[in-house]
Amino acid sequence: MNKRPDIEKLKAVARDVRIDIMKMLTEAGSGHPGGSLSSVEILVALYFYKLRHDPKNPSWPDRDRFILSKGHVCPALYAVLAHAGYFPKEELMTLRKLGSRLQGHSKKDSPPGIEVSSGSLGQGLSIANGMALAMKLDKKPSRIYCLMGDGETHEGQVWEAAMTAAHYELDNICAIVDYNKLCIDGRVEDVMSLEPCADKWKAFGFNVIDVADGNSIEIVMDAFDKAQTAKGAPSIMICHTIKGKGVSFTENKCEWHGVAPNKEQLKRALEELK
Amino acid sequence: MADKEVNMTEQKPKATRDGFGEGLVELAKTNKDVVVVSADLTESTRASWFKEIAPERFFAIGIAEQDMFGAAAGLALCGKTAFACTFAVFASGRAWDQVRISLCYMNLDVKIGATHGGISVGPDGATHQALEDIAIMRALPNMKVIVPADAYQAKKATIAAVSLRGPVYIRTGRSAVPYVTSAGDDFKLGKADVLQEGKNVAIIACGVMVKNSLEAAKILSAKGISAMIINMHTIKPIDADIISSAAQQTGAIVTCEEHSVIGGLGGAVAEVVAKKGPVVPVEMVGVNDVFGESGQPDELMKKYRLTPEDIVIAALKAIKRKK
Ligand SMILES: Cc1ncc(C[n+]2csc(CCOP(=O)(O)OP(=O)(O)O)c2C)c(N)n1
Ligand SMILES: [Mg+2]
Repeated sequence: MNKRPDIEKLKAVARDVRIDIMKMLTEAGSGHPGGSLSSVEILVALYFYKLRHDPKNPSWPDRDRFILSKGHVCPALYAVLAHAGYFPKEELMTLRKLGSRLQGHSKKDSPPGIEVSSGSLGQGLSIANGMALAMKLDKKPSRIYCLMGDGETHEGQVWEAAMTAAHYELDNICAIVDYNKLCIDGRVEDVMSLEPCADKWKAFGFNVIDVADGNSIEIVMDAFDKAQTAKGAPSIMICHTIKGKGVSFTENKCEWHGVAPNKEQLKRALEELK
Repeated sequence: MADKEVNMTEQKPKATRDGFGEGLVELAKTNKDVVVVSADLTESTRASWFKEIAPERFFAIGIAEQDMFGAAAGLALCGKTAFACTFAVFASGRAWDQVRISLCYMNLDVKIGATHGGISVGPDGATHQALEDIAIMRALPNMKVIVPADAYQAKKATIAAVSLRGPVYIRTGRSAVPYVTSAGDDFKLGKADVLQEGKNVAIIACGVMVKNSLEAAKILSAKGISAMIINMHTIKPIDADIISSAAQQTGAIVTCEEHSVIGGLGGAVAEVVAKKGPVVPVEMVGVNDVFGESGQPDELMKKYRLTPEDIVIAALKAIKRKK
């Protein structure tokens, strides 16, 4: 297991990342705050604790891989990568602007550190499988992490990929579902229920880790450690989170899936976050 | 031309998918970075020939084309060259968005082994006859599209695709076709072959239609018409120079493909004629915006107007339209 970093420091990073997300989206005038804010702790725990990676050498062949399958929350990933030292924080404010490396949905190597292009939901876990197969073939220790939205798992391809991961016993895969209970049209439960979610993944052959609070860095770090010990089967962390987490007026609000805060709203958000 | 005729008569016809399989066999033996993923059509696509030699580099994904392309993308992201094999209808239609985002947008080294292209698939009928695949694959940025004319060319294209950066769509056929090239002929991606010079009309064909074009040229020759025959095995990137010079030399073009007349080889050639010129009449031999049906390949080729005689009719029409 990795050495545990100072929790207070990670909490501060998470707070700064949330501040960055809100600023970036306001500056861009569009984007997806809800799912970005709900996945902050997952991303911080990955990049500041779990992943074997080197921000100074993003293409280090033996690195662990992180696939952001729900590409619309790339602002959160950009902010975390910038904090981890992949690129200067000033660049964050170029999000979604013409000529920027920070595309509206993630684009591979743009900037280096972004492993895959995504934005069309449902494709990440299949890519993770291919990477995991390649690592096994080459007898490499790299682990593959893949973050999906809960609504995203409506996609049939996710379940095709689930079968493949279990069939090939890809224990170097750790999938993560950001179970924030909301998609665009409303509550996932009402739009198309995933329940019993954990049982489904279990039935598909996954080592399922129920993460009661996916917005607690400590609990998320524990889960990542647990996933790493599983042998002979892929793992999945079902992280119960709050969409829009950290800003009172965006929390649990479907309307905040895909609209940017205006200047006034940003001001209120920053007051709460500081 | 003499040696082509020898080929057509002396060698036993072979399906282009077999040429693809032979290419895979060669790669299994010579390139340890090549891997194959398959969607439960392993024998039909000849992916099985690779599996026999390199089972550890072969991955069955089941009947899950979207997942197959994703897995291929992941393998490519870790330094492999992945061949993803299934029928052309499924390779192009069932997972187009995955091909678009997971392969093309990332410009990954995934080569699509799309077998059973065209109407000559035969008795399986419309669901299994890919007639739109060239159009929808060609529209994707970074994608290259190859339609080999015979098994020799299919083998060479398969091997050549590995040295080409990014995704490549290799469309082969199910039924045996006579050879129109020789084992020793050069094959250059993106560089069309002039099989026969001519001055009254240029017939530009791909896949099995190359053979039909050569036969059409004989009929035309008996009528005193000299036809240039071009094997346009690479549809993207298209060999624009050869199209322009053929238009210049003959003043009339006929395109021939076992595909819809919308957006395929005919479309690609017409785009070059319109943009680069010289502007000459273009007639298109292909399937006329309809679905196919069950039948024997030769019966279908006749019913859907893909025979040498149909090419002759189109050639006469094109010549008549010259100013
Ligand atoms: C294939 C596909 N269909 C539809 C969309 C449009 N879309 C973007 S985000 C989204 C909802 C995603 O919900 P969820 O996965 O729960 O993400 P989160 O709540 O974390 O934002 C949809 C439908 C898309 N990007 N891709
Ligand atoms: Mg959600």
